Amino acid sequence: MSGQGYDWVGQDVERVDAVDKVTGAARYTADLKFPRLLHAAVVRSSLPHARLLHVDLGPALSVPGVKAAVCGRDVPFHVGIYLKDQTVFACDRVRYVGDPVAAVAAESPEAAAEAASRIAIDYEPLEPVFDVERGLEPDAPRVHPELGRYECVPWITPEPGTNVCNHLKVRKGDFDAALKRCAHVIENRFAVPQVQHVPLEPHVSVARVDLAGRVEIHTSAQSPFTVRHLLCACFGFKHADVRVIVPHVGGGFGGKAGINLEPIATALALRCDGRPVRVAVDRSEEFYAVVVRQGLQASLTSGVDENGRVIAQKMRYVWDCGAYGGYGVNVVRAAGYTCGGAYAFDHVQGDSIGVYTNRPIGSAYRGFGMQEIHWALESQMDAVAREIGMDPVEFRLRNCLGPGKATVTGQVLDESAGDVATCIRKVACGIGLDVDRTDPSGGGPIRRGRGMACAVKAPAMPNDAASSVILKFCEDATLELSLSGVDIGQGLRTVAAQYAAQALKLPIESVRVHNLPDTHLSPYDWQTVASRQTWATGNAVLRAAEDCKRQLLETAASALGRPADALELDAGCVRDPDSGRSVPLDRLVMGYLFEDGHAVGGPVAACAHFVPEGLLFLDPETSQSKKPVAKWTFGAQGVEISVDTRTGEIRVDRVVACYDVGKVVHPSLIRGQTFGGIVQGLGTGLMEELVLDRTSGRIANATLADYKIPSSLDAPRMEAGFLETPQADGPLGARGVGEHTMIPTPAAIANALVDACGVRVHSMPLTAEKVLAALDAREAGREGGHRGS
Amino acid sequence: MTTQTGEQISIRVTVNGRVETAELRADRSLLEWLREDLDLTGAKLGCNEGECGACVVLLDGRPVNSCLVLAAEADGREVLTIEGLGRAGALHPLQQAFVDRAAVQCGFCTPGMILCALGLLGENPDPSPDEIRRALAGNLCRCTGYQQIVEAVLDGAGRMREGART
Ligand code: FES
Ligand code: FES
Repeated sequence: MSGQGYDWVGQDVERVDAVDKVTGAARYTADLKFPRLLHAAVVRSSLPHARLLHVDLGPALSVPGVKAAVCGRDVPFHVGIYLKDQTVFACDRVRYVGDPVAAVAAESPEAAAEAASRIAIDYEPLEPVFDVERGLEPDAPRVHPELGRYECVPWITPEPGTNVCNHLKVRKGDFDAALKRCAHVIENRFAVPQVQHVPLEPHVSVARVDLAGRVEIHTSAQSPFTVRHLLCACFGFKHADVRVIVPHVGGGFGGKAGINLEPIATALALRCDGRPVRVAVDRSEEFYAVVVRQGLQASLTSGVDENGRVIAQKMRYVWDCGAYGGYGVNVVRAAGYTCGGAYAFDHVQGDSIGVYTNRPIGSAYRGFGMQEIHWALESQMDAVAREIGMDPVEFRLRNCLGPGKATVTGQVLDESAGDVATCIRKVACGIGLDVDRTDPSGGGPIRRGRGMACAVKAPAMPNDAASSVILKFCEDATLELSLSGVDIGQGLRTVAAQYAAQALKLPIESVRVHNLPDTHLSPYDWQTVASRQTWATGNAVLRAAEDCKRQLLETAASALGRPADALELDAGCVRDPDSGRSVPLDRLVMGYLFEDGHAVGGPVAACAHFVPEGLLFLDPETSQSKKPVAKWTFGAQGVEISVDTRTGEIRVDRVVACYDVGKVVHPSLIRGQTFGGIVQGLGTGLMEELVLDRTSGRIANATLADYKIPSSLDAPRMEAGFLETPQADGPLGARGVGEHTMIPTPAAIANALVDACGVRVHSMPLTAEKVLAALDAREAGREGGHRGS
Repeated sequence: MTTQTGEQISIRVTVNGRVETAELRADRSLLEWLREDLDLTGAKLGCNEGECGACVVLLDGRPVNSCLVLAAEADGREVLTIEGLGRAGALHPLQQAFVDRAAVQCGFCTPGMILCALGLLGENPDPSPDEIRRALAGNLCRCTGYQQIVEAVLDGAGRMREGART
């Protein structure tokens, strides 16, 4: 592909790992072979809430082939990324069906399972809390009576003595006063159930602790350094004694962020005399036992003036964090400071409240709370527009954010924040919301409808979250790029190669991104989450390339006897434009050897990092801040659906998406990300929900047969368009978009349902039963004399 | 459940063109045997319940979920795994189409997708997009939204027909 210049950023170069993945050469954690591997089985709580009276490991240890068994009293250590509210195994209380209680390591999976089944556990059942309404009642059982004693980052505010693990308040202007001036006041409630990530590769971790005490972990994770850091905090290891290696990862979607199975594997490995131990969950455990997405109950009040401007907006988001909120507390926070979505509301009262329940653990999930709040917000905006008799597209345009407008936290956006208004217009036009939309189906049973929704998200991360890379030239002037951002499918390694090749004017094939993340060898990266990698790692690559270029020019300056600033890097050489003389790169990358035998320079290599600048904490009472987040990415989606009014079934026929991504780095990768996000969004919108059996506290549909995700038959026709308003601190203008692609889809479908049939469903997913019930209710209402409503 | 020991059987299977013989427990799945004993890890374990297609291999040219097939059932038959299809520099046209059409993201579903599509193309060398979607309905992908996979199969089918003509 060389010979077309070196503007690799923006081109469809071949994925650097494509051949590995189509030949089966790519090894994922479960594909690795370890000599003398031991297999683990985890014993999990069968009750949703109980005091743990006694765990008897004895019978397990007598099963032939068992090497070790471990439970809470052996490793009573806390773990958690933002709030350390969990222990490796339950110690004195279990909090959900699936809570790890003990684990065994054995010569075979069968022996491990047999031993696990013999571990005797005495429980004293406690009243469970299954929903947030109950959890907030003053007399509700406390899921974490010790809440006040947990370690926690300063920007998370648990409320000891309650089930509230975090509460973020947004107060802007004077909501109550503004509401009184409004011509229309519209209130609605919306709900989102817990759902699961369903990566095709279930979680798996292999740990080994050698006889010198060094720890080595191979794991399917999004964040090797965060795994290392949290593991050290948990067990008291020195960071440099822990090596975390992440092979290829079969999808993450947030479920492999933070730390998951690694502490269990480590606790066992510490007792296995240097032998490796593999902890793998099966598909059913993947559904309920590791992590899920939080549920949401939302109540919204919009006060609108005569001109269709929302001037007062109240939002109350109550999150079902499940049994532990270690990560989920930050979803609560992000949803708080983003509570107004893509809109500029002047007077705001926002509350985002995380509540513990005895359900599976809520955690990070692609979008980090944004799809859930956009379900509420974008349904509400549509409902308000219809109620005041305004076109929903026009209503969005009147209220949306843009340069010079302020977010709910008082951040005034500048030009480089992106252009949501144009996204709205493009999507409305692309899906046909701008034309006369008399339903072509006439009065038949299949009704067609169109709808749209916006999306916005910022990276939710510590203000000093860093990415770094190392560039090293080889003798033949090929370049090795090492990073610890994880390619979970999004194409990070390819994108990093594009930036490096462009900056150093190399053929793309000359860049090798072949070190899979390894904390011993590759440089620090905080986490692969938050749609931050192209932006953060891309910047680090450009900086490191700049340093390499400086070294090349300096060596060439000696070689050519010219000042470095008179020279330029060209394809494969450094050139003196005045004399036309040049030195090829392969004579510079290891230093330059003169004819008389003396040498200058040396191996060219550079390490560089990127940390966003100028971020400011939120005000603790009002959450006002001039720059609470590093960047925003805006977008919108429009959908066209058909609804079978006899069955209530919705089919999504077509989706049009538009995002302002700053710079399209790789056209076919970004299309793929967008299509994948849309279909994942469609899944949560139409079919996905973890169903709790309220008698047992178990998840009743923890199989792929019962919990359906979209198949090739469900995927609609999709079109993706992109705007390129450059991000001021983005690498060549790029900003993140990975998560945003699934944010607006469910709300757009719900809005299309109103367009098609005149009924609104307030709770996800939009199952056929709910749609049918809404249609029936409307019919009943009509027969009852409310015709024309 | 069988534990520790079970009935032992011997099998003789042609895997990727090579005859493999083995003595193994009668209850072991074809997927386990391929992955653990032969180190052919291209076939993935996604669910072990026949619901995801990550484990698809071709058995006598037809796609099967190898997690649901006993190794014993492959006795005397031919198995093709992704490792037998092509390699760098000599990719099968369908693999090349997956590369060129950006039909690969995390890659966990990819071997099963390619083999399932190959099974379809063996019976129907010129499928429509709808026929491709139907054939791949048992192969889940959480990353791509399927659109580029369907494009890749269409493209690969074209390349294969082209190759057959020349
Ligand atoms: S692993 Fe065989 S179908 Fe999922
Ligand atoms: S590419 Fe990840 S599951 Fe298909």
